[in-house]
Amino acid sequence: MPLMFYKKPALVVYVTCGDPDLATTREIVLAAIEAGADVIELGVPFSDPVADGPVIQRASERALRHGTSLPHVLTLAAEIRQQAQSTGLIVFSYLNPILQMGVGKFCKVARHAGVDGALVTDLPVEEAGEYLREMRTHDLSPIFLAAPTSPDERLKRIAGASRGFVYAISRTGITGARQQLAEDTQKLVRRLRRVTKLPIAVGFGISSAQQFAEVGSFADAVVVGSAIVETIERNRGREAAAVGEFVRKLTLASVN
Amino acid sequence: MATVPKSTVRLPMSRKIGGTWGPPRVLSEQTHSKNEPGRFGVYGGRYVPETLMAALDELEREYLKAKQDPKFRKRLDELLRTYAGRPTPLFFARRLTEKLGGPKIYLKREDLLHTGAHKINNCLGQALLVERMGKHRVIAETGAGQHGVATATVCALMGFECVVYMGTEDMRRQELNVFRMRLLGAEVRGVDSGSRTLKDAINEAMRDWVTNVRTTHYLLGSVLGAHPYPTMVRDFHRVIGREARAQVLKAEGKLPTAVIACVGGGSNAIGAFYEFIKDKRVKLVGVEAGGRGESLGDHAARFRGGKPGVLQGTYSYVLQDAGGQIALTHSVSAGLDYPSIGPEHAGLRDAGRAEYVPASDKEALEATILLARTEGIIPALESAHAVAEVIKRAPKMKKSDVVIVNISGRGDKDIGILRENLDIE
Repeated sequence: MPLMFYKKPALVVYVTCGDPDLATTREIVLAAIEAGADVIELGVPFSDPVADGPVIQRASERALRHGTSLPHVLTLAAEIRQQAQSTGLIVFSYLNPILQMGVGKFCKVARHAGVDGALVTDLPVEEAGEYLREMRTHDLSPIFLAAPTSPDERLKRIAGASRGFVYAISRTGITGARQQLAEDTQKLVRRLRRVTKLPIAVGFGISSAQQFAEVGSFADAVVVGSAIVETIERNRGREAAAVGEFVRKLTLASVN
Repeated sequence: MATVPKSTVRLPMSRKIGGTWGPPRVLSEQTHSKNEPGRFGVYGGRYVPETLMAALDELEREYLKAKQDPKFRKRLDELLRTYAGRPTPLFFARRLTEKLGGPKIYLKREDLLHTGAHKINNCLGQALLVERMGKHRVIAETGAGQHGVATATVCALMGFECVVYMGTEDMRRQELNVFRMRLLGAEVRGVDSGSRTLKDAINEAMRDWVTNVRTTHYLLGSVLGAHPYPTMVRDFHRVIGREARAQVLKAEGKLPTAVIACVGGGSNAIGAFYEFIKDKRVKLVGVEAGGRGESLGDHAARFRGGKPGVLQGTYSYVLQDAGGQIALTHSVSAGLDYPSIGPEHAGLRDAGRAEYVPASDKEALEATILLARTEGIIPALESAHAVAEVIKRAPKMKKSDVVIVNISGRGDKDIGILRENLDIE
């Protein structure tokens, strides 16, 4: 199971698969790994991404315009796995594409592709019964979101159902870069530490080396999503190189 | 761009990528008991980002408490009576009945309510809950604008800050309602993504709610979304059927043969149906938007072209492609132009208790003219879909039958569209 954080803070990189196309996504992911990403979240584009801000919405629209689907993402995962054995691969999706494929089939194919885990944005623990059973059967790590608004008893359930790590949302809101990170974040991580020994990754709104270092001082891993997707959007034709540079800059301050 | 070698990977998924995967497994079947709150058969549930879960729990708790509180009930009843204009009449449509030569047709006149549609029933109920929860900012989505107007109205009444999300396509179709909301002091935010209609307005409202959940209540306008919304909104509209049942018993001395209502999300229909569910002999007929054709994208008939899936918090029938991407929809009426349907309707349909049929744009427009000219009532284009169904069904029914058609809203808001689509000058 390569779902491990080899350094602290570790870096989790999110990309919307198929933006601008699947071949480029593969190049981007390999460049991000080369530059130091420990875990990759392979985002499955969805027509109605309610938890995402405008940057990922636009990326999803671009990816869907040429028909990127969950099976494509899983094939891409398998290709990446052939070239990167020690990097964690997580499928990041809304529920409906997985539901239409069939939860069991999704888990089986994902496992076969060398995927380590999945995070389903709109599947809270209460509704996750069958999903958790299938994930367990196929030895995949379910990762759940913990929010600043989640009371302690929910945090317990979330941590209890998660494997690999817990994903703490830095503040209420959708994905997207923010200037300031709320104090909420640190409080949430402290509350989570009381209920779990799992590593904690913090995401939503982290876009600069300074924020990376700041969050990295109290979290085990930092997730960078919209800032990566925006880098891809702004660097047409040299997406992979640009993401590689961005990732290196992001982690530079924290290398020790 | 670097050349990427052709994939050498083989996965055990299917012969063709992106092809048909067969019928989806029902996620909830093994996970949930059918009598769980918020479940209608296997449908319903709560599929939202974690950030919203605590707010939904709070809302459910507050709603259950309010439901038991005689003071809440009394205050709501009084507002419905003195502010909204309940009870609404059940009107015998004599000339329409004669014209169609079938059953006696009664119209439940929700169109006579304050703000022009049934939507105010739910808005008043939720507004009183907002007050109890101590929140002061209200957001809402709107399709036809009726729910937006009703929300802006109750926010003015209660002194809440109000933001309404509306697809820019709908803003164009319903410009009068946009002005009306602004006049009432609400901020109307245009949504320019996707099909620029109701679905996209809900996405944007959910994004706002995820961000401002601590101070904001999302006043959802239909029996959609995550639990407790489908149950709570239905309860606030049950008054429609409760009144209609008593009224028809008084007028006819018997229960109706059928109750017909249009179904977008399905709030007016579930309100009209609910008190009759136990009356097994009363047919319950929901009318979906048949739009301009049968291809995906040309209509909003979820039971004709959709299959179970999760959209915007709930598990129900959804118009979608094989990969689970949500389809675009079309209807002449903005209020029915939505790719999913309230989960309780899906439950009623699977249980065989209600049937759902489509009416096309053209049939709805013709029904509008007929009702206007036989009864002097211009229905909302949404409600005109229900009228279209009674026009089709009446000739096959007996004269001794009695049908109730729910006129969920009035057509004033549609005058612009009617002018575009009808050749009357």
